[in-house]
Amino acid sequence: MTAEVDSPSWATDVFRVLKNQEIRQVATVPDGGLSRILTLCEQDPETSVVTLTTEEEGVALLCGSWLGGRRAVLMMQSSGVGNCINMLSLPLNCRIPCLMFVTMRGEWGEFNPWQVPMGQATPAVLERMGAHVHRPRSADEIAPTLAAASHQVFNTGASAAVLVGQHIVGSKSFVSQEAP
Amino acid sequence: MSSVDRRELIRSLMECRGDGLVVTGLGSPTYDVGACGDDDLNFYLWGAMGGSAMVGLGIALAQPDRRVMVVTGDGEILMGIGSLSVIAAQAPTNLTIVVLDNEGFGETGEQTGLTGRGVDLAAIADASGFRASFSYGETQEPEGFVERLWTTPGPVFATVKVPMAPTPITLVPREGVYVHWRFRQALLGTGTVGEEA
Repeated sequence: MTAEVDSPSWATDVFRVLKNQEIRQVATVPDGGLSRILTLCEQDPETSVVTLTTEEEGVALLCGSWLGGRRAVLMMQSSGVGNCINMLSLPLNCRIPCLMFVTMRGEWGEFNPWQVPMGQATPAVLERMGAHVHRPRSADEIAPTLAAASHQVFNTGASAAVLVGQHIVGSKSFVSQEAP
Repeated sequence: MSSVDRRELIRSLMECRGDGLVVTGLGSPTYDVGACGDDDLNFYLWGAMGGSAMVGLGIALAQPDRRVMVVTGDGEILMGIGSLSVIAAQAPTNLTIVVLDNEGFGETGEQTGLTGRGVDLAAIADASGFRASFSYGETQEPEGFVERLWTTPGPVFATVKVPMAPTPITLVPREGVYVHWRFRQALLGTGTVGEEA
């Protein structure tokens, strides 16, 4: 369990940004760091959560939502960014707004080596696929960063990702619950 | 071997589109739809393989009063096969997916695909929870089935067995910004970014 689930003031602020920016749809493969935001979204009658099987579906969904006149955001863990690579050509080519909110793994205090390769590659992969990468340095910066990214994305047709580091959401660690 | 003429089938499908919105998967389905005449309310994919069904879902959820028709191929839908679970869970009544199934990769040398090795797409859609799923092309189609693809409460999935045969390439616009802009202009009366209604 990560600590942020119990102290999620930044999550409430992020939810408020979604509301203020009229983002009514959240596509996601969940992550622990997103759980509070996703709960708030599910409880809100004006916001719909679309659960995906793989994150690239979310990129395509965002494009369809925009074509239909609706704003959406893709929320995922950094490992999911790797699943999105080719699909990111769709918003980039069409200059369709593509807003991503990513909780990081594989960096600060990581326990699980399997998370490290994609976590380390995440910012570079996004940049190589034309997305602007924003990295809030503290919990206080998350919501304003998302608001700025959202404003830019929906006004310029950019792809952008806000990457929330483990120094903010907490590093997951595993304690064995039975003998190996 | 199916004897369905994909061009004729898509032509009759497009003739009864009304104000329907159309998304095409890359390759021959894009050409098939384009051959019926370019339309501002067509959104063509020339890439992003595996994405057509989810683009269709996004439009369908945003525009619940308009019918959305995704026309794609067996390889394209299989690359995004998880989308069928996502769509069934969202259960949009206004979304139809039509798969032109030639059991292979027509664009790249006619290599045998997985539906040619027994994968049953309609059964996958059915098990995923689609409200209606149909298989055509192996027997005589029922009267009026094309019209019903537009009107049956969705999500509807239909797979049509078609021969593996080259179809003429129809060069529909492949400038994504243009296709995006005119689609929104025609649908929403507002253009691209920064011009939201």
